[in-house]
Amino acid sequence: MRYIEPHAHMVSRTTDDYERMALAGCEAVCEPAFWAGFDRSSAAGFFDYFSQLTEHEPKRAAKFGLKHFCWLCINSKEAEDVKLAEEVIALIPKFLKCKNVLGIGEIGLNKNSRNELRVLEMQIELAAKFDQLILVHTPHLEDKLKGTRLILDVLKNDKRILPERVIIDHVEEHTVEMVLDCGMWAGMTLYPETKCTPARAIDILETYGSEKIWMNSACDWGVSDPLAVPKTALEMKKRGHLAKTIEKIIFSNPKKFLHQSPNFKLV
Amino acid sequence: MTKQQILDLYFLDARHKLIEIAAFLDRIERADGKDDFRLKSFRAALAKLDGKKKNQAKNVLLAFSDLTTKPIAKATSKGACGAFPKIK
Repeated sequence: MRYIEPHAHMVSRTTDDYERMALAGCEAVCEPAFWAGFDRSSAAGFFDYFSQLTEHEPKRAAKFGLKHFCWLCINSKEAEDVKLAEEVIALIPKFLKCKNVLGIGEIGLNKNSRNELRVLEMQIELAAKFDQLILVHTPHLEDKLKGTRLILDVLKNDKRILPERVIIDHVEEHTVEMVLDCGMWAGMTLYPETKCTPARAIDILETYGSEKIWMNSACDWGVSDPLAVPKTALEMKKRGHLAKTIEKIIFSNPKKFLHQSPNFKLV
Repeated sequence: MTKQQILDLYFLDARHKLIEIAAFLDRIERADGKDDFRLKSFRAALAKLDGKKKNQAKNVLLAFSDLTTKPIAKATSKGACGAFPKIK
């Protein structure tokens, strides 16, 4: 079984995780820029992080035969400080020239504040200006519904943004339909305690179909499982899904979306 | 999958989770002090599990959600607690 891990924060994971993912059939891992668990003290911290994502992490992955790609942005948890966000966004164009960069992400909202929304718009502008794919983080728990609606409104109102070049991540039962109805891609995050369990993710697939949808572990420094995608593939098998259907969800679909970036090459 | 196959695969797991919820509510009832909006949201969400209605997972998620539509003035925290304080 081969699969693509389309959303994982490998800077927070151990080398053992890379090995286990490779053994489970992972061929490529894609790493969106995110919150480190604490606020960086300046834009220089982001410069170092972007260097880590574009230079160091691909080498670490390559030791296990894994291709490593990344997305760049300032995350929504640090977006309340608009001046900092402006400084970080100014750093990004230089890094877009790196060969493993797929686009702008994971941008989005966290608490659905005005400043978060302003920074989201600034980063959508950046994506439009440089013709980049967009990966969107939707808020957690009670904030997800409202945040998803606000994000979709912004994206739909910008006619430069093609919906098929946007993935809205962390969808659940109450947000997946509105995302797919917009023509955008939907990502389901498989977490042990929040977001989707494997069983619920498969329920969503069985209800809404297998077009424009992928699954990811979003493994990071919190409670998460870097093998969540292959474990969900096993759950699909238990439920009688055919091998070709499973391959579509865990390999072909992410490959189809990510291939819209000229930097996404598996060989 | 048939209903029988789903029961075979998931019944024990669902039974286990239901008992955990019941024990959680018993634990709350035994404890001293005041509860807060989270428990009210929890009870409102439980009420969505009535009968054979469709979309119960979606309705539970909606019961915990912020249903307002305008951005807040400023983010004063980073975390989410799982329920929105809408029920007074």
